[in-house]
Amino acid sequence: MNSKILGKNQLTKFIDEFIGEYRVFAPVKKGKIIGFDEIASGKETCLDFQNTKQPPKSVFFPQTEVLFEYKKGEKGLEKAGSGDRDKILLGMRPCDARALVIFDRFFSSGEHEDLPYLQKRERTAVVGLACNHPLNTCFCTSLGGSPFGSEGMDLKLVDLGDEYLVEILTNKGEKLVEDIKWLRDAEESDLNRARDLAEDAENAMKPKISTDGLCDKLDGMFDDPVWEGIHQKCIGCGVCSFLCPTCWCFDVLDEDTGTGVKRVRIWDTCQFPLFTKQGSGFNPRPSGKERMRQRIMHKFNYYPKDFGEFGCVGCGRCVRECPVNLDIREVIRAVMSV
Amino acid sequence: MSNPYIPNIAVIRKIITENAVNDIKTFEVVFEDPELAESFTFNPGQFGMVSYFGAGECPIGIASSPTDQGFLQFTIKKVGVVTTALHNSMEGQKIGVRGPYGNGWPIEAMEDKNIVIVGGGFAFTTLRSLAKYMLHDENRDRYKDITIIYGARNPGELSYKYDLENWGKRNDLDLVITVDKGDAEWTGREGYVPTILKEVSPSSENAVAAVCGPPVMIRFTMPVLTELGFQPDRILLSLEMRMKCGIGKCGRCNVGNKFVCQDGPVFTQKELESMPKEY
Repeated sequence: MNSKILGKNQLTKFIDEFIGEYRVFAPVKKGKIIGFDEIASGKETCLDFQNTKQPPKSVFFPQTEVLFEYKKGEKGLEKAGSGDRDKILLGMRPCDARALVIFDRFFSSGEHEDLPYLQKRERTAVVGLACNHPLNTCFCTSLGGSPFGSEGMDLKLVDLGDEYLVEILTNKGEKLVEDIKWLRDAEESDLNRARDLAEDAENAMKPKISTDGLCDKLDGMFDDPVWEGIHQKCIGCGVCSFLCPTCWCFDVLDEDTGTGVKRVRIWDTCQFPLFTKQGSGFNPRPSGKERMRQRIMHKFNYYPKDFGEFGCVGCGRCVRECPVNLDIREVIRAVMSV
Repeated sequence: MSNPYIPNIAVIRKIITENAVNDIKTFEVVFEDPELAESFTFNPGQFGMVSYFGAGECPIGIASSPTDQGFLQFTIKKVGVVTTALHNSMEGQKIGVRGPYGNGWPIEAMEDKNIVIVGGGFAFTTLRSLAKYMLHDENRDRYKDITIIYGARNPGELSYKYDLENWGKRNDLDLVITVDKGDAEWTGREGYVPTILKEVSPSSENAVAAVCGPPVMIRFTMPVLTELGFQPDRILLSLEMRMKCGIGKCGRCNVGNKFVCQDGPVFTQKELESMPKEY
């Protein structure tokens, strides 16, 4: 599939091609914060950012999501969320797009697939945006990712300065651009330029953290004293998991609407004591030590054992946003040096 | 692919108060959809996600036996929001039921073996399902000697007194009931389950032990079973965990990379030995 070239001055026009037929979600600047939101016009889009404070996982896995509604007095259950238009998620960084693949594997595994997630995923095209300038908290390359990675994307935009290279990665992506006749075909020089930028971005992320053998190493470390120290400064606020593009743990609760009942799933976190506290009062993860261990084990041991890859993409949000500066890269180093 | 979170509607047709304190009740429910009521099958040891609309949903072991046709029973202790709402319900109340989930007791692998059932407190529910299944006329021949050791804090706390009475009359099982502390009328055994298990000393030869109870009972029961010669792959344990989805998605019932809702709740002691001690 040929790559295309999109002038930066054509970005609004490009996005407007989709508005109406699709619901489009893109980075939008609100005050000082850039975050993903649904847009009504291409001109709302702001691609001048390093990464958003929150990952766009809520497009597929909303913070609160109605699973179904039960109306009082009527006979059946009413399903929520049917008849929605297809979506486009534009401007997703490679780490966050790769996180979707981690979600995909998990939510489609086991005996019961997670329909609410998979339906949204199926009906959304991802237009990624390569990272020319990774942050100093980014560590995707230590975990098998790349600032120019394409996993999880249908199209990828690469910022070439005055224009974007549009890489077509899937049939879904092809379908998006096939009717946009005014896009010019990319030339060899454009591709070379993108390759150089990719190399620069990768080089900017050195040195990598060593994660070789991390999964196997953790196998024998469940009872290691290292966990006693690691969690000490953690205050258990859960922000690391709420902002994590690969955290999907949820709670399910009922909301009485007066005329019926909505069953809602909401984000939850393994960092809260109630997460595992049983009806009897017994809690298998009674302190921060067990809860921090669970988070680390899940991403670097349990998930890799089940799916063959780490459950962390190195986006660095938990590093940037932790109120007590607990750095997951330091945790990895501490574990690796045991 | 269908939405796995949508429950089936079931109607509570009978409520049985199980204990003297009145905080444990058995709810007998029937699916509203007659086809489902007919076709629903499960293994003893599996659980359902039971919901009271407006209060929420929680995992409850199925207490009835697959040999009970057309209805399900859930024995529920009143401890939180959902269970309180259920306890306040009357017969005729519509509730939600999803399932069956989990692996259940390995009833086929247990065939042609001597069976030792060890239960404590109201965690006896799925062991009751197992016992009812094995003691059913259609199945009794497939199992050898059956020993049931069941304990509760006091006589008032013993669930399923109607079953215990029937089982006590049978000569094809060894039923041992114990209470931590008896009352004036109690003439049976007194003592904690692990102690009584040691006294009864069921043979481990060609035997499988199925255990469910509070953590403290399990902690002291396991060494006794080992002492009696039960090999780790012949000790079965049903684990308890907080759950929200029942289908391995909500992320909280894992022990290592195993989900208790999906890979369990029944594990052999051998399996547990290779898993982190986080249950």
